[in-house]
Amino acid sequence: MSIDSVFVHKMWNDHELSKMVSGGVPYPMLSDGGGKVGSVYGVYDEDAGVETRGRFIIDPDGVIQGFEVLTPPVGRNVNESLRQIQAFQLVRNSKGTEATPSGWKPGKMTLKPGPGLVGKVWEVWKTEMAFD
Amino acid sequence: MPEEFKAGCARPTGGPVGEAVAPEETKDNKKPKEVAKMIKVGRKAPDFSAPAYLNGKFVNIKLSEYLGKWVVLCFYPGDFTFV
Repeated sequence: MSIDSVFVHKMWNDHELSKMVSGGVPYPMLSDGGGKVGSVYGVYDEDAGVETRGRFIIDPDGVIQGFEVLTPPVGRNVNESLRQIQAFQLVRNSKGTEATPSGWKPGKMTLKPGPGLVGKVWEVWKTEMAFD
Repeated sequence: MPEEFKAGCARPTGGPVGEAVAPEETKDNKKPKEVAKMIKVGRKAPDFSAPAYLNGKFVNIKLSEYLGKWVVLCFYPGDFTFV
C-alpha cells in the first residue's frame, strides 16, 4: 500500500516489477491516496506526504501480532517476516502452550512455559541458540 | 472476493472503515487535544477499504474480507522509489 494511484501501480507492476517477478505481483497493490489508512496505522509521514516502510502481521482473527516500521532508505528482510509468521502460527496452533525463544526458526526447540520451567530456562536453552 | 470496479477519470480512493474518532468538543473552542491512537500488538487491526491493482484488474479490497487468513500488510513510500 502506498499513496500512489492504482494507475501508477499498474505501470510499475507491468513495466518494472513483472521483470523481477515472473507474472508480476500476485497480491493486491493497494492505493492510499491522502494517506488516510496509513495515518490510522501510524505510518503516514505528513511532512513528506508518503508512507514509511510499515509491515504488519495480522492473524486470522484480524489481530495485529507484530509490526515493524523503517524509514524509506532501508529495505525489509523478507526471511525475517516469514520467520515471524511461522513463529506466530506455531504459537497459535499450540493454543499458547508453546513459545518460541530468541533466535527460533522452524526445526529449533520451543519452550513450554509453566511452573516447572521457572528459573530453569538456562538448562534447556543456550545463548548460542539465539544465533544461526 | 475483491470486487472489480470500472476506472474513470477520478482517482479512486479508500479509507478507514468503521467508527471514526469524533473530535472532542471543548468549552472555549480550543483545538481538541490531539490524542494519537497508537497501533498496538494484540489489538484488532483497523479495518479499511481501498482500491487496488490485482492481476490486470482494478478491484476494491476490504481488510475484513481476509478474516480467517494470515495477512501481511506492507506500506512503502512510493512506486519506483528504488528500495
